[in-house]
Amino acid sequence: MMTSGSPAAGGSLRHAFGGVLSFFILVLIGVLAFSIRLFSVIKYESVIHEFDPYFNYRVTQFLTKKGIYDFWNWFDDRTWYPLGRVIGGTVYPGLTLTAGTMWWLANSLNIPLSVETVCVFTAPIFSAFASWAAYLLTKEVKGPGAGLTAAALLAMVPSYISRSVAGSYDNEAVAIFALVNTFYLYVKTLNTGSLFYATLNAISYFYMVCSWGGYTFIINLIPMHVLLCIVTGRYSSRLYIAYAPLVVLGTLLAALVPVVGFNAVMTSEHFASFLVFIILHVVALVHYIKGILSPRMFKVAVTLVLSVGIVLCFAAVAILIAVVAASPTKGWSGRSLSLLDPTYASKYIPIIASVSEHQPPTWPSYFMDINVLAFLVPAGIIACFLPLSDASSFAVLYIVTSVYFSGVMVRLMLVLAPAACIMSGIALSEAFGALTGSIKFQLLASSDPQDNAGDATPVSVLPENGKAKIDKAEETTKERGPSKKNKKKEKDVVEKASVSHRPENRRAEKKLRALPIESSVMGILLLVLLGAFYVIHCVWAAAEAYSAPSIVLTSRTHDGLHVFDDFREAYAWLSHNTEVDDKVASCYRRQQYLEQHTYCNCWYAMSSPEKAAWEIFNSLDVKYVFVIFGGLVGYPSDDINKFLWMVRIGGGVFPHIKEPDYLRDGNYRIDSMATPTMLNSLMYKLSYYRFVETDGKGFDRVRRTEIGKKNFKLTHFEEVFTTHHWMVRIYKLKTPRNRIRGKAKKSKSKATTSSGSTISPKTKKNPWQ
Amino acid sequence: MSASPSFSPLVLLLITLITLFSSAFFAAAASPSLSPPRGKKILVLLDDIAVKSSHSLYFSSLSSRGYDLDFKLSGDPSASLRHYSHYLYDGLVLFCPSTERFGGSIDQAAILDFVDSGHDLIIAADANASDLIKEIATECGVDFDEDPSAMVVDHLSYAVSEYEGDHTLIVANDFIQADIILGNKKIEAPVLFQGIGHSINPANSLVFKVLSASHAAYSANPNAKLSAPPSLSGSAISLVSVMQARNNARVLISGSLSMFSNRFFRSSVQQYGATIRHQKAGNEQFLTEISKWIFHERGHLQAMNVRHNKAGEVDEPPMYRINDDLEYSVEIYEWSGTSWEPYVANDVQVQFYMMSPYVLKTLSADKKGVFSTSFKVPDVYGVFQFKVEYQKLGYTGLSLSKQIPVRPFRHNEYERFIPTAYPYYGAAFSMMAGFFLFTFVHLYNK
Repeated sequence: MMTSGSPAAGGSLRHAFGGVLSFFILVLIGVLAFSIRLFSVIKYESVIHEFDPYFNYRVTQFLTKKGIYDFWNWFDDRTWYPLGRVIGGTVYPGLTLTAGTMWWLANSLNIPLSVETVCVFTAPIFSAFASWAAYLLTKEVKGPGAGLTAAALLAMVPSYISRSVAGSYDNEAVAIFALVNTFYLYVKTLNTGSLFYATLNAISYFYMVCSWGGYTFIINLIPMHVLLCIVTGRYSSRLYIAYAPLVVLGTLLAALVPVVGFNAVMTSEHFASFLVFIILHVVALVHYIKGILSPRMFKVAVTLVLSVGIVLCFAAVAILIAVVAASPTKGWSGRSLSLLDPTYASKYIPIIASVSEHQPPTWPSYFMDINVLAFLVPAGIIACFLPLSDASSFAVLYIVTSVYFSGVMVRLMLVLAPAACIMSGIALSEAFGALTGSIKFQLLASSDPQDNAGDATPVSVLPENGKAKIDKAEETTKERGPSKKNKKKEKDVVEKASVSHRPENRRAEKKLRALPIESSVMGILLLVLLGAFYVIHCVWAAAEAYSAPSIVLTSRTHDGLHVFDDFREAYAWLSHNTEVDDKVASCYRRQQYLEQHTYCNCWYAMSSPEKAAWEIFNSLDVKYVFVIFGGLVGYPSDDINKFLWMVRIGGGVFPHIKEPDYLRDGNYRIDSMATPTMLNSLMYKLSYYRFVETDGKGFDRVRRTEIGKKNFKLTHFEEVFTTHHWMVRIYKLKTPRNRIRGKAKKSKSKATTSSGSTISPKTKKNPWQ
Repeated sequence: MSASPSFSPLVLLLITLITLFSSAFFAAAASPSLSPPRGKKILVLLDDIAVKSSHSLYFSSLSSRGYDLDFKLSGDPSASLRHYSHYLYDGLVLFCPSTERFGGSIDQAAILDFVDSGHDLIIAADANASDLIKEIATECGVDFDEDPSAMVVDHLSYAVSEYEGDHTLIVANDFIQADIILGNKKIEAPVLFQGIGHSINPANSLVFKVLSASHAAYSANPNAKLSAPPSLSGSAISLVSVMQARNNARVLISGSLSMFSNRFFRSSVQQYGATIRHQKAGNEQFLTEISKWIFHERGHLQAMNVRHNKAGEVDEPPMYRINDDLEYSVEIYEWSGTSWEPYVANDVQVQFYMMSPYVLKTLSADKKGVFSTSFKVPDVYGVFQFKVEYQKLGYTGLSLSKQIPVRPFRHNEYERFIPTAYPYYGAAFSMMAGFFLFTFVHLYNK
């Protein structure tokens, strides 16, 4: 990092100074990235946050205790009852292995950290790494100044913070680093043409595949860029070296990850890479033949190859289409299809659409998550076109695709964040460069018309425009050293030519671009102000919006801070009061890899009337039902609000559950206007059982209405536990009745009321006696 | 010498302790429960103390089998079924059909709690049965005729007696076909019955008729003119029913108290139209046998030592792998009234169950009470259960389940080299060799 951070080529003191300075800046950026994510630990406590992270934590614990082979083969019979879960084959192991390795490393250095501590701090550590990777990537695209700016922006971009605060121990924590790092190594290989970096790139891709399902983004984006390069006539041997090893090695390595396995060659997500791989080879072959044939012969060869090739292509395409069309989902997994067609999921796969992070984002969430970067990105894109290189075209492609994907799924905002930071870094750095450059030009023009040699102003970290160009040229000549061996230097020659006739027109060019000094100063001030807003927003987001561990909720009211620790209260109750083998049905946390059948049964049960539901639960051997209810404290993401999804999913398997039965005139409501189906569903009953006792009216603070049915009894379920704020309610299934009553022909009321020891004297006398 | 007196008590104590522990251990190892399924203390509640003598034959048959009968008047203020959470009796006999309310702490809820906590009950109603008794019977799943003055009348199968009565003293011989309830010996003589009839809901799987009325019987007020069709008629009328609750508590409900009486026990009986006159009515045999069943002297099963292991191994594994061969065994014993005897049957089945039974096998019994089978774990992983759901008429239900996860193959349990894949291995290795050769030639061939 240090060595690549310092240009150290010129040997001049200034370069050395710049290198050291940027090294320290990078260290500070790392510290910033780490420490801005510690709000959750400071404000709350050092705990793992959500439910997926808890699962990951549990897996990590298992890994540290039992070792990697047992982890790989772990069959977990406690989740997804009754099917169980093959953990090794269904999780992306990257995160777990990373944390496990860190824990092992710390322990073998006699640093006795607990596994939980390591897990809590994995995400902040890797966000520092991600910032550094962003520096490297941006440096490859637009030079070190832009790199430093981008790294600083990425260190505190709220979108990324939301997924990587301390305690948020999820796949994305390490995956963003892996993503940016893979892109960096790709661009680095593209710039240098070095097989060494190509191999590193494949390994980095492997790490990404290990970490996150989002690796398909990489394996589609890079082929797109390669195709773009080929189409725009930028084919070079560097491109070949950047891409071919990645596909071959990367696919082989990806197939080693159990959860991916043969998907690496079987699913359509990966077809693009293979197709581009073939195209690349065809292009390489054409270039090779062009080199050895005379132009006339080449023309003949082209017509020959084209006629044969087109026929072959048609045949191949026909086979491909036939194969793909034969598979039910057309070879694409549902989630990928919903990326291509944003309406796909809501139409066909409610289970995917039901996960809130798979919904399209709203406009405010862009402002919330990337803030001022949204305005800087267009400027960065323009800067990337001046001039357009292989690397900058990649950056442009990255931002364009990620903007599209983030528009489809709010979760992929996370992929957009690094791209936005890189683009904004470029934009800011270019803008600073232009403004400071013109200030310097104006100052120099007034005092001394000497050339640009000896300026040691602090802003030299962000080199002015012309200087950056020189640096870039020098750098490229230096780094392209190895690639010269590969007999490809036409590009270098062109750039060298541009360097060689530089001194004459540079001053003129500079004069043209120089701005008045006042507006330059104003511009710098405004940019600093913009940056300050960004920092304030980021710190606020980190401290307030994204730090709350969702197992503990807080709310601020006029009489102070309320902490709702209901979830842990409920879990503690469960752990103390249930047997090891008892099954608890909960519809709260839906896992990513669902086994449709079981869950549908469960949701079907929830949308059924009580008796039918009891039978389903009983057949599933469920003993307790766990309901999240926010009506008392106004916690909006409770089960009632998610209930419609359950109905939709259940309806997909059991057609007699119809969504309209639960809606009154298309409105989802639980007040007195609600449909009888809704009011009789188990979900409604379990949520609102005894709710009227709290305030006498049964006013639901989430739905802001009085509930429709207030006084009812449960016959097949009994309430066993309700937490302090009623957020979690646990019900137990009653055992079947010991006796079956007769037909109860007479004195029904007597049987229920007068069961006490005082038999009422109104007992009917036999008139015939 | 001085040390030994202080030493020997300690040694003695140690030895005693060791023997105690080891004997306890061996007893536990031999069989988890050797005690009889039910105790012998029975509370009898009577309307009238005269019943004690008029029904003494029935009571003496009980006490001769070792039951400790405690007679109380139903209104006795000291009567109580439980002392805090401890039940004082193992069985309850309600020979108090006309009681409007019980004394002491006994009431309808207390009696039903008594049953729900696994105790047995005998209810005898009568023509003047109170609502309370009928209500308890209803709670147990039988419905007595709503007409309070109705009795079971049968103009065809009444008992022939000296005077032409109102045909309410009927004979019944439509017994339930279950030796386990009524004993192996066939009841030759019909049973005398005089009282009220009841019906049971056919959908109710817990209650069954033990003694049904004949086809010609009906339930109506014998002294009034029959103005409307009787609500109960024919063999739908049950005279005596039993109920085995889900917790195996057993309840006998009879519409007649007098059928338990000495008079009926001793009386000779001749059915109208029959030529044979039995010297003795079937009441004694019928009611004695059924009381044996009610008080769990018969038909009580106990399962223990559920075992499963991989074929060829002994220890119980924590988890199976798909396609493992396994052996399952369970020991089932039957209470014979004096000891636990091996149960013999060929219809006990085990399910290997995950949401639905994947394997359903009939267990083969040796004659020592061990039921066993072996099968292959299905090719499906998940959390399975060994389930034995054994519900047989007259026997207590057995419901055993034992959870066991089934895991897929480990990474190194697959076959290393599959013969069908040899072309692919060949392709891979020839490709590698060819690439190496090509590289070599390309680099060094000038």
